Amino acid sequence: MPFIANTDADRQEMLAAIGCANVEQLWEKAAVPAPTSDFSMLPPGRSEYEVAKHVTHLAGKNASELVCFLGMGYYDHFVPAAVSEILGRPGFYTAYTPYQAEASQGTLQAIFEWQTAICRLTGMDVANASLYDGGTALFEAMMMAMRSTRRRHVVIAGAVSPIFREIVACYSANLDCRITTVPSVDEGSKQDALLAAVNDDTACVIVQYPNVFGTIEDWTACVAAIKARGALAVCAAYPTALAVIKTPGECGFDIVVGEGQPLGMPLSFGGPYLGYMCTTSKLMRRMPGRIVGQAKDASGRTGYVLTLQAREQHIRRAQAMSNICSNENLCALCALAYMTLLGKQGLVEVAELCMSKARYALEQLSAIRGVRRVGTQPFFNEFVLELPQDAAAVSGRLVEKGIAAGFPLGRYYPQRQNQLLVSVTEKRTREEINDFAKSLEAVLWN
Amino acid sequence: MELIFNQGAAGRRGVRLPKCDVRPFGANELPASLRRATAAALPEVSELEAVRHFTLLSRRNMGVDTQFYPLGSCTMKYNPKINERLAALPGFTDQHPLLPQLRHGEALCQGSLAVLYETERMLSELMGFAATTLQPMAGANGELTSVMMFAAYHKARGDQRRTVMLIPDAAHGTNPASAAMAGFDCREIASNADGDVDLDALQAALGDDVAGIMLTCPNTLGFFDKNVKKVIELVHQAGGLAYCDGANFNAIVGRVRPGDLGFDAMHVNVHKTFSTPHGGGGPGAGPVGVAERLLPFLPKARVVKRADGSYGLDYDYPQSIGYIAPFYGNFGVLLRTYCYLVMCGREGFKRISENAVLNANYVRSRLAPYFEQKFARYCTHECVLSARPQTRFGVHALDIAKALLDAGFHAPTIYFPLIVPEALMIEPTETESKEMLDRFCDTMIEIAKKAESDPEAIKRCPLNMPIGRLDEVAAARQPVLIAPNPAADN
Repeated sequence: MPFIANTDADRQEMLAAIGCANVEQLWEKAAVPAPTSDFSMLPPGRSEYEVAKHVTHLAGKNASELVCFLGMGYYDHFVPAAVSEILGRPGFYTAYTPYQAEASQGTLQAIFEWQTAICRLTGMDVANASLYDGGTALFEAMMMAMRSTRRRHVVIAGAVSPIFREIVACYSANLDCRITTVPSVDEGSKQDALLAAVNDDTACVIVQYPNVFGTIEDWTACVAAIKARGALAVCAAYPTALAVIKTPGECGFDIVVGEGQPLGMPLSFGGPYLGYMCTTSKLMRRMPGRIVGQAKDASGRTGYVLTLQAREQHIRRAQAMSNICSNENLCALCALAYMTLLGKQGLVEVAELCMSKARYALEQLSAIRGVRRVGTQPFFNEFVLELPQDAAAVSGRLVEKGIAAGFPLGRYYPQRQNQLLVSVTEKRTREEINDFAKSLEAVLWN
Repeated sequence: MELIFNQGAAGRRGVRLPKCDVRPFGANELPASLRRATAAALPEVSELEAVRHFTLLSRRNMGVDTQFYPLGSCTMKYNPKINERLAALPGFTDQHPLLPQLRHGEALCQGSLAVLYETERMLSELMGFAATTLQPMAGANGELTSVMMFAAYHKARGDQRRTVMLIPDAAHGTNPASAAMAGFDCREIASNADGDVDLDALQAALGDDVAGIMLTCPNTLGFFDKNVKKVIELVHQAGGLAYCDGANFNAIVGRVRPGDLGFDAMHVNVHKTFSTPHGGGGPGAGPVGVAERLLPFLPKARVVKRADGSYGLDYDYPQSIGYIAPFYGNFGVLLRTYCYLVMCGREGFKRISENAVLNANYVRSRLAPYFEQKFARYCTHECVLSARPQTRFGVHALDIAKALLDAGFHAPTIYFPLIVPEALMIEPTETESKEMLDRFCDTMIEIAKKAESDPEAIKRCPLNMPIGRLDEVAAARQPVLIAPNPAADN
């Protein structure tokens, strides 16, 4: 069922028109070699109905009804139905990169609105059209900082998501740069140690806000000190939290990136997600990726175009700011539609519900014998619990009770074997939290 | 159209959230030093206003569902609707990516892991490789993954001299940009008079500093390089590796397997060959197939099938280049790919490439008399023509593109590849009918005739679109990248 319109009669007519007796002759004239495989490993094609049945069956093999307290940068937020209806408009999802501006004003204006919305949320001046995900966006921010400062050393906090740090390590493996990782302590990023790691060749200091343990730290003074040393301050921020916490712009960060998944994208087993990137007007021309700007036509009408393209691979080739070609356009549109539907007040409410329920969960969970929170600093919707037993084993037993209790940090932080990172979104109910606490107590002490 | 920020009214709401069923914690309870000064000035509109705004915006785009979209090199084929519906099944969309990393967690994700495993196997079979990684999140990301594995391969052999990547002059800009990101210097190889890689130029460029070559196959001119096996052989003899940019795989899928030609790695754009939607510019996915010798360097994690028939994730690859994506690739996109693979099956892909090549050659043969063909030969899935004859009348490729928009067609790719002046790169794809190709060709011929009889009329286009040609130079000189913030928040 390969969705082909040509009939055999069409094909004969077309072959005749191009001077070929049959398809095999066309292949020969096009210099395409003969097949070397019969593709026997592939199953025979199936009808739409059969495929739907088969794939629906596979979906059923995934666990459902699991109550989710897993987060660590990727969150189970509520998404209004209108978001997917908007993304399902054929004008959006069956179009491509807006090379022909006149035929792409819908996409271009939407990107312009996305850039505006994410700048308003982060408190920054400019944004690009998006990158693949939070981790690659963080790597691009690091590259941008090295380009801007012509320095090659990078300081990164151990309280930045290890998932992001693995990506940065992978992408920078063959590049001329040195990365210093500053270990986290308890629930904190260790600001004094970060500053102590800065030297005259440091291009940037990278932190996460709130950090991977959910802690909201005040970066204002630290950022000023970083900048005083001629380095740039970069943060990866959780966009939902930014509805209520001091903006990265107010903190003075130079580059703000992050994972946009919480803004209306399903978890979808790891993607597609959305890397966002914002910066100051000063650094605008150092940004990678597509950027949309306002423009006028000959009759003075306002429209939108891809702009500042001299930074990009199709023009600069090996000297481009990045190899990125397209953005994650439909995901950026998703985030824009989500922020529009939730709106100014709604996003604040989501953040407040997250904070309220996370605090209730902490109360209930830390009331269990032997369970305590690591640290005391303010947090957003995530916190670390110290358990009296191995956290991976405990969370494994809770999975059997239908609860994804959180992420056992020992996987990435060997000294945190008994620590569990718990995330709570607005979707979790009082009842689910109570049930979690009861189950945890039973697993620990029965 | 009015920006969404200028619509609605203060206090208006789009969505209602559940009541707080625990003690409420307000933002004002955060310490003052951590609190946001004023709420972000996001839109304040009703659900209807939001839906109407975006629906109207979507109508200001051309898309495959409404127009013929022969954008060369992008394979704008039809996106089957069933794939969208299946990709939206909650059993898939609700899965947290960290689930399989929990103890007993793999058992919770057997459906998703099966999709990944089988997709990988089917892609490996179609490309002719030992294994495939599904991690790369786009075509350019797949290019980068491939050349990073090349770097790791040479490094593992203790061969540190290989710092140069060979790139033909017809390549996409992403090739040299990806090579640079993997730490390579680029050396450009000229094309010969037939549009193939110039073997003499290649020989001259080869040496013990060459890590490999990035070869688009079929190439960006839409040709299957007659010397492709020889090119690979020469690079291999010099100790380098050969990567196939599979952007144009739709031309040969189901017929030629690049792995069988001798390539060591290849990426494929699933949003091209495997029908996943382009989304106005992403998200896509760029899986990479590799030959045996690159297996140890594949990104982590790899999806495996265990002896008991269950699926799992394996992280134990000490020589792996690491994490290209945060988890297992753009799963939602790969799921659509899986649906398409299963639907098309063994015999389907052969028909896809045949019809893609037939359609492109039909357009080429109809239009060749009116436009210039720099290389007069049969093409594969796309044909590159030149508007050079029209420049005599002051009409350029850009003008022809705009005239096409007015006539209700999306424009071809223009001014690429760089080695063809005034290039018009036309890729019809297999999903278009002969009648549509004829209507398109008739229109192109009319435009060519009008370029001669009334060139000014062509240069005024487009007149029927939501907006006229925009002043891109002024836009780049004084960029306005966001809407002004309302005064209240200043």
